[in-house]
Amino acid sequence: MKIHEYQAKALLREAGVPVPNGEVAGSPADAKVVAARVGGKVVVKAQVHAGGRGKAGGIKLADGATEAEAAAKQILGMRLRTPQTPPEGLEVRSVLIEEASAIERELYLSITLDRGRSAHVVMASQAGGMEIEDVAARTPEKILREWAHPALGLADFQARRLAFGLGLAGDQVKQGVGLIKNLFAFYLAKDCSLAEINPLVVTGDGRVLALDAKLTFDDNALYRHAELVALRDVREEDPLDVEASKYGLNYIKLDGTVGCMVNGAGLAMATMDIVKLAGGEPANFLDVGGGASPEQIENAFRILSSDPSVKAVFINVFGGILRVDRLAEGVIAAVKKLGLKLPVVLRAEGTNVELGKKMLAESGLSLMMADDMGDGARKVVALAKGAK
Amino acid sequence: MVVQGITGREGAFHAARCKEYGTTVVGGVTPGKGGTTHEGFSVWNTVEESVTAEGANCALIFVPAAAAADAIMESATAGVPLVVCITEGIPVADMVRVKHYLAQTPTRLIGPNCPGVITPGEAKVGIMPGHIHKAGPVGVVSRSGTLTYEVVGQLTGRGIGQSSCVGIGGDPVNGTSFVDVLGLFADDPGTEAIMLIGEIGGTAEEDAAAFIQRRVKKPVVAFICGQTAPPGRRMGHAGAIIAGGKGTAAEKMAALEKAGATLVRSPADMGATVAKVLGK
Repeated sequence: MKIHEYQAKALLREAGVPVPNGEVAGSPADAKVVAARVGGKVVVKAQVHAGGRGKAGGIKLADGATEAEAAAKQILGMRLRTPQTPPEGLEVRSVLIEEASAIERELYLSITLDRGRSAHVVMASQAGGMEIEDVAARTPEKILREWAHPALGLADFQARRLAFGLGLAGDQVKQGVGLIKNLFAFYLAKDCSLAEINPLVVTGDGRVLALDAKLTFDDNALYRHAELVALRDVREEDPLDVEASKYGLNYIKLDGTVGCMVNGAGLAMATMDIVKLAGGEPANFLDVGGGASPEQIENAFRILSSDPSVKAVFINVFGGILRVDRLAEGVIAAVKKLGLKLPVVLRAEGTNVELGKKMLAESGLSLMMADDMGDGARKVVALAKGAK
Repeated sequence: MVVQGITGREGAFHAARCKEYGTTVVGGVTPGKGGTTHEGFSVWNTVEESVTAEGANCALIFVPAAAAADAIMESATAGVPLVVCITEGIPVADMVRVKHYLAQTPTRLIGPNCPGVITPGEAKVGIMPGHIHKAGPVGVVSRSGTLTYEVVGQLTGRGIGQSSCVGIGGDPVNGTSFVDVLGLFADDPGTEAIMLIGEIGGTAEEDAAAFIQRRVKKPVVAFICGQTAPPGRRMGHAGAIIAGGKGTAAEKMAALEKAGATLVRSPADMGATVAKVLGK
């Protein structure tokens, strides 16, 4: 789960990671009030769940409250398009107004999981403000790494090594060590999957500050963090993805025309792949899981077919646990309630497969049977293209 | 085999399926329900009791995600040498600790978030449909459950059996890796060819490729799913994500091909490709 920068900074401030003074505003008038409270020069930053905001015109400097109001007026309501947003962009609904810091140095700091080592890794670099992937590709020697001990966590000497490696000196070392340790403690306590400070800055007056903050959280751990769940902003997510998440379905909307309903994440990905190989484009990823109830299947079918670009649907299930008759029951209920006319190709193996096929065949659904995955993909792609 | 979480929705059901298949199931564990029986299975309060009473040497875990990491450590501490964890959704930070804990014990963990292990015709410790399998020469190792059933279905359909099928699971931190299983298949006289099914995210396939090049003389056929997956999105499995441009199917396929594996582009061709490398 992602959260906004202003939410991340509030959490970090509380955790003892210094951030610039600032507050969020939802209107130009609010922005004016906040800017006056912060005082002096301020930065007005668009709040969307994506990076690359500066280049896209989502971050502006303002001298005083009146300029801040004008900047907020320009930014609020715009659809911000960056390499990290969907192609149509994300609407800006709030801005963060912050003191403009005099920046002496821009650094990089992040914590994430190193999958290869099954350990949390703290990464730091003097090349702040740039995409860390670019730094890693071009000058990997500029990235410092310290792996936390799985049980003991990050040791003080490791935090010191990073602080010295960042070129901090004098009192900044102490500030840096404190910041790194507090960020690590926060990362663990809140089950972050990523805590990224880019840039981490040293200001003209010698403060070490998190100028930006990106936090993402492990979805599997949200059950023990009600305070984080409350920060979810569903307006930043695709409405169909949000709808699917209500029913515990793994659904991701894509750009193609072939709707896919599959059990199991691997088979669901492979189904998208084979649709593409057959010359079509998948409209979605959908894993209904092994124990899906007819109600879940009904909702899944409703959601995937409510995408107007879907021209044909490919149901591909290989279940030991998933009962094909239950799947049929859910699909038929959805089709009846919604009066759907979409053609469906069914490839099914598993428990009660004959019964399920019979139910679907007798339902009046425009149904075509497939012998195997390859056959199904060819048939559904032909149908999707014919329907255009 | 002892089933942790035997009184839950899936525990007893799959305990019975494993028993039917030929696995010696001694019973299950549900804390607080020890001394009772559940659907014909003895229930203990602790794994240790099942080890003392019946000599359980394998555990199958269905415990909910919030308690599954603890269940794994309980079995390891009781001296169970093989632990298979089906549970999906264990927090990553919990698995980091578990993995470290297991490193101090001789226990092998398979999973979590996996279908388990089957040696066709002998025993199964998992949730896979037993009847689609057939004993034979192909070792199957996979990060995905149903995609494993798919390849097994294709193999059995062609009359080609499997030596063992191991689902290593779809989580970013797991117990047994591709490399571990490849090593076992490489040394197994009953395995003539290996089918590897990988997916986007992480570098487990790249590690497998390096190991294949160095150590595996038997033919390896590989398929990587998620060739069309968008970057930055988690594709169902917690570990299936292209992050920072890394972990793409293309990179993994290139690494495996370079290591001498036979790549399959279409998931419909997995069985046929294995047949070809076996000369059938």
